Amino acid sequence: MKTNADVLTQNTGNSTRKRKKLNFTSLIASTPMIIVAIGLFVICAGYSIMLSFTKSKLFPKFNWVGFDQYERLWSTTRWVTSVENLLIYGSLFIIFCLVAGFLMAVFLDQKVRFENGFRTLFLYPYAMSLVVTGLVWQWMMEPSLGIQNVVQELGWESFRFAPLVNPELAIYGILIAAVWQSSGLVMALMLAGLRGVDSEIWKAAKVDGIPTWRTYLFIVLPMMRPVLITSLVLLCVGVVRVYDLVVAQTGGGPGMATEMPAKFVIDHITVRNNVGLGMAAATMMLLPVLLVIGPWIYREYVKKGSRA
Amino acid sequence: MMGNKTVLSLTISAALASPLSHAADVEVIHWWTSGGEQKAVSVFADEFNKLGKDKWVDSAIALGQNARSVTMQRTLGGNPPGAAQFNLSRQFEELAEEGMLLDLSTLAEKEGWKEFIRPNQVLSPCIKDGGIYCVPVNIHSNQWLWTNKEVFKKAGVKEPTTWKEFLEVAPKIRAAGYIPLAFGGQGWQENLTFNVVMIGTTDKAFWQQIWRDRDLNAAAGPRMLNVFKTFGALRQHVDEGAPGRNWNDATNMVITGKAAAQVMGDWARGEFAAAGQQAGVDYGCIPGPSLRPYLTVGGDVFIFPKQKDKAVEAAQLKMASMMLSPSVQAKFNNAKGSLPVRADVDLTLADACMKKGLALLEDDDALFKHSEIYVNADTNGQLQDLVSTFWNSAGMSAEKAQELFVEIIQNAE
Repeated sequence: MKTNADVLTQNTGNSTRKRKKLNFTSLIASTPMIIVAIGLFVICAGYSIMLSFTKSKLFPKFNWVGFDQYERLWSTTRWVTSVENLLIYGSLFIIFCLVAGFLMAVFLDQKVRFENGFRTLFLYPYAMSLVVTGLVWQWMMEPSLGIQNVVQELGWESFRFAPLVNPELAIYGILIAAVWQSSGLVMALMLAGLRGVDSEIWKAAKVDGIPTWRTYLFIVLPMMRPVLITSLVLLCVGVVRVYDLVVAQTGGGPGMATEMPAKFVIDHITVRNNVGLGMAAATMMLLPVLLVIGPWIYREYVKKGSRA
Repeated sequence: MMGNKTVLSLTISAALASPLSHAADVEVIHWWTSGGEQKAVSVFADEFNKLGKDKWVDSAIALGQNARSVTMQRTLGGNPPGAAQFNLSRQFEELAEEGMLLDLSTLAEKEGWKEFIRPNQVLSPCIKDGGIYCVPVNIHSNQWLWTNKEVFKKAGVKEPTTWKEFLEVAPKIRAAGYIPLAFGGQGWQENLTFNVVMIGTTDKAFWQQIWRDRDLNAAAGPRMLNVFKTFGALRQHVDEGAPGRNWNDATNMVITGKAAAQVMGDWARGEFAAAGQQAGVDYGCIPGPSLRPYLTVGGDVFIFPKQKDKAVEAAQLKMASMMLSPSVQAKFNNAKGSLPVRADVDLTLADACMKKGLALLEDDDALFKHSEIYVNADTNGQLQDLVSTFWNSAGMSAEKAQELFVEIIQNAE
């Protein structure tokens, strides 16, 4: 016992010394990162939030107006529509990407032939810029040039596929392009997760006579929690900053049908010369990230990381 | 060694003493990217390069919005371009207020800009607190209906001159198998059409009541309601593919005879000309449609952000002077299809449509100012959002739209 304890203290002593040393070097190494993080994220975000309480037009000015910009923001139909659009688009985008990505990963996990080919094919859209993606899909969805026209000329006269010109459907047109672009990434992550599952588990499940689909859904999927979280975080980031795809595909139209918060911010701080209102909108975009996603990421990664 | 040093220092002092003899590069940001526009802008570039050793460095950025925001951001960031295109409006007003633009008033006085630039509303947006901060280079007007004469003949109807007539003939055009109105459903085009309907169904006095005086009673009154109703009635006369379409694609529908007419500014003429069509023969241009002809005096201007380098500043002044010289004005505007900002310009090449515009330019009662001159970019943006929402939601009533319109006028800046 005694020796054990001795060894233990000695070990702890050693490791603390080691850790201190490590901390010092890692501190030096991460100083630039800390400066960048504080400089860019904290100071710039703080400055933006400050501007949202001013009447700044094109130039930052400190003529305080309290919550006026926020009042105007929430009484602006375009902003409210943008937020609604983001919620619809965001939730559907995340669900479809996760489902499509998972199904593609499971498909590749069946040791299919030409796996490499399929993997490249599925992942390829992700390598394409969002502007290109948007333009390509815009052309395909154009009623007089795109898919609708081709199918109608083949003889199916009543065929309709032109979501972008219909205010009710335009957002789903964007959704299709976005899911096409991003689900490949989810597939890659999920496939890595599936390959990481111990083959013993598969053998055990086989012995117990559990059908394959149930093994995937109730045994393998819960084991892939970290991969799921990573995918979710990446997709969330993609949702909040959605801008280029909308600009390329519809420019926010028809009407306000595909306006998004990020586009609202950029329009107002550039051509509309209203930095105050734009920054109020930007702050509203930051808020849910800070309130919800921040603590959650901390719990999932930082705390778990230190425990391990 | 000694000799070398002396030579070197002499060269340096010479360079410092006479910065004006030093050649400078002037970067010019503009959004003239289509074929006709490129031809026009190269008139400026060539003429400027001919003047001396200074060089025109071309920086074309597609879409006005993008080009303007690049200019803004770079000027604010302390790396301004030598010259930049804007519209004749209040878009650059804050840059002038903050003293970031070169004051051209000495040059203007010497050359007599105030005397030869006509009509005087072309120069007035450039003047701010006694200084002159931009050079108007051309005049464009938005209020034109471009028609395909053959389509109207085949449909057996007369080309409309008022919106009432247009709404009467539109169903007949549709029945003959053509799209009555070629339309591009982008925010700015919806807004342009709305403004044409507004001036076309009211008059100049009413326009000023709304935009200059911000008269809420007029905004809430029956004449404004009629504007929204007329504009709303146009929705049924466009085709399904209109949303998101570019203006020149819509013009092309008129040129190829798919559609009967398009509401667009006079720059559309360039497209007809490029397709080899003749004004007054193949295509028609109707001011409005309107109860009486009205034209806004709009156009393009160049601003010259202040520079640290005196040599660049000298070159900027040279460029400003060049843009307004009679021979350059003639060459540039003939290529661009716009009207020159001075009367003493040779316009033998002007076609039937251009002549109509020139005639209207002589009539002071026919000229009115664009709403962008009275209200700022923010308010204009709000209006554009409203017009776009109204146009694209069939369920939104004209009364509801008018209610929101009154609110915007009330808070206008």
